Amino acid sequence: MASEFAVEMQDVVKQFVTPEGGILSAVNHVTMQIKDGEFFSLLGPSGCGKTTSLRMIAGLELPTDGKILIHGKDVSQVSAFQRPVNTVFQQYALFPHMTVEQNIGFGLEMMGVPRAERSKRVSEALAMVRLPGIEMRKPNQLSGGQQQRIALARALINKPEVLLLDEPLGALDLKLRKEMQLELKTLQREVGITFIYVTHDQEEALTMSDRIAVMSNGVALQIDQPEEIYERPATKFVADFIGETNFLDGVVRGQNGRDVEIDLPGSGTVHIESSRTFTTGQQVSVAVRPEKLTLKKEAQGGNNLKGRVEEVIYIGTDTHYGVRFAGSHKARVREQNATQANKEIAKSGDEVTVSFTRTSPRILTE
Amino acid sequence: MLKYFRGKKGLQLFGLIGPGALWMLVLFNLPVLIVMFISFVERGRAGGIKLPPVYTMENYAQFFNACTSQFAGPECDPFLYLGIFGNSVRIGLIVTLWCILLGYPLSYFIAKQKPIWRDALMILVVIPFWTNFLVRTYALKSVLATEGLFNTFLTNLHIINQPLDLMFNEFGVIVGLIYGYLPFAILPMYASIEKFDHSLMEAASDLGAPPWRAFLKVMLPLTMPGVVAALVLVFVPVVGAFITPDIMGGGKVEMIGTLINRQFGVARNWPFGSAMSLILMLLVLVGVIYYFRSTTEETRRAM
Ligand SMILES: Nc1ncnc2c1ncn2[C@@H]1O[C@H](COP(=O)(O)OP(=O)(O)O)[C@@H](O)[C@H]1O
Ligand SMILES: [Mg+2]
Repeated sequence: MASEFAVEMQDVVKQFVTPEGGILSAVNHVTMQIKDGEFFSLLGPSGCGKTTSLRMIAGLELPTDGKILIHGKDVSQVSAFQRPVNTVFQQYALFPHMTVEQNIGFGLEMMGVPRAERSKRVSEALAMVRLPGIEMRKPNQLSGGQQQRIALARALINKPEVLLLDEPLGALDLKLRKEMQLELKTLQREVGITFIYVTHDQEEALTMSDRIAVMSNGVALQIDQPEEIYERPATKFVADFIGETNFLDGVVRGQNGRDVEIDLPGSGTVHIESSRTFTTGQQVSVAVRPEKLTLKKEAQGGNNLKGRVEEVIYIGTDTHYGVRFAGSHKARVREQNATQANKEIAKSGDEVTVSFTRTSPRILTE
Repeated sequence: MLKYFRGKKGLQLFGLIGPGALWMLVLFNLPVLIVMFISFVERGRAGGIKLPPVYTMENYAQFFNACTSQFAGPECDPFLYLGIFGNSVRIGLIVTLWCILLGYPLSYFIAKQKPIWRDALMILVVIPFWTNFLVRTYALKSVLATEGLFNTFLTNLHIINQPLDLMFNEFGVIVGLIYGYLPFAILPMYASIEKFDHSLMEAASDLGAPPWRAFLKVMLPLTMPGVVAALVLVFVPVVGAFITPDIMGGGKVEMIGTLINRQFGVARNWPFGSAMSLILMLLVLVGVIYYFRSTTEETRRAM
């Protein structure tokens, strides 16, 4: 292999002409490098350009600008049928007039693999996706979950260098989806093929991926490991899209080494640790996860903000408290219901102190 | 009265299908029975049939062996009518093939357009239906004739010196029939192609199929119902066509339709014409049933 990267997108742009005659940049200067053997996810809300990116890697769409490399080879202008990648389509796109065997064997047939070997390998592939013995069925005789596995087998049997999956579990019900997530992950480790996985489900991306690219409006905002994305989101969008985040808008008062002092107008002053440099007077947002906040009756070490509980939502494992501070700031606090006592920390209308450490929030500027 | 009909399911049903059924019975089934009857009796001297009717198999015998006719000369060709029949089937197949070969890509092209263009182009396809068939055929004649538009154009450009013989031969008949029946091929194929899910072609391509193989393995089988419908809709009327071979062939190209037409006209042999009509009907029926059995069953199960 010529490169340690399975796929590289170099400054890729894809523009479409909209029905109104305008130009829409579905993918806008995206650069990413996907390592060999990696489980890589493209995560973002609907319409952010995930499918378009995937289709460009598959060769079903040609980039307007930029380059796409597969194992170091520039394939930007290579047709889909000549690329060493296979796709599991969102709607599966199984051939309705062919049997399961013909569907799965299609790629091998195109490669010129003789019929006898083909049918042997189809049986193996069916065993791999745990659906042995249904060779002679037609796609319309299968359940959604089965069709999904057939689509997976049809792609994997060709031993592609990269497998592209476009929201493959999107059409399945929740329970089956959880099952398939595990199965896919296991399968990927077994076959050792690079997976590029498109999803709009942040939980799915966090649990399955080695690395995630968070996309918005055709731009890759952050490409990192799940923990990094969750703990150190690069932008407000990422912080908000992945999990839940409180944003407390404020102004930088000063910085002393790693210690940044931020004034939250009306609500108080906080000290946050950061390795970045801010200028005094700069508008920033203090982003902090609900589970990093705790409710106290009185101030402790770290940051403390006084507020009033506005709502209490009990959701079994946790209780969520909506707290309004003296200024216009609001925050949601999540407390685990580990003990009986925890369930009765505060009632609606109680005056409380919300505290958090200096290291748990992130200071975001965009 | 109406109250009486209401609540009586059987009567309601009869009220709905009755008029149509009656129409079919009187105007379609009855004439076929009459034609069948005429085909088994002797001809009258000035057309019509001999009265009182004399039953005979002679009309059918004459079709399979022309020399059994009482008017057959010494050098008669026993296969005269069978030959014309075969010729009609051959022309029918050629025209059907061309209509499908020309119509399929055209249907595909139209189906790929934006909705507005699609509708506009489909209207262009059906516009000829609004014009009388005879008028259209004469219009084509003025294009292909020796002194017609096409020849004049080529001669003036000095591409050719002699006008081409585009009419009064089989070529002219075939062109005329393709021209007349192409819309019948486009409509059903367009319906099939428009319904076809193009992402299946992408899937085929993704799995390593070059465009032509993806077409043969995926798109063609899935649009086959449209192709079969086109085949039937073109072949059936073309085999029995008589206006186009008459005008475009100028009497030089004999098809089963012109032959039958003549029996009810100048030849004044209604029984023989009737016999040939029934034979043609039988052939078409057998062909259509066979085709639906062999092809559609397969594709229908695939859907
Ligand atoms: N063929 C196309 N023509 C015009 N616009 C398109 C086309 N494909 C995608 N788009 C637009 O590009 C944007 C990104 O689409 P897509 O990549 O499908 O998003 P995602 O998969 O993240 O939901 C959307 O605004 C979509 O409407
Ligand atoms: Mg998508």
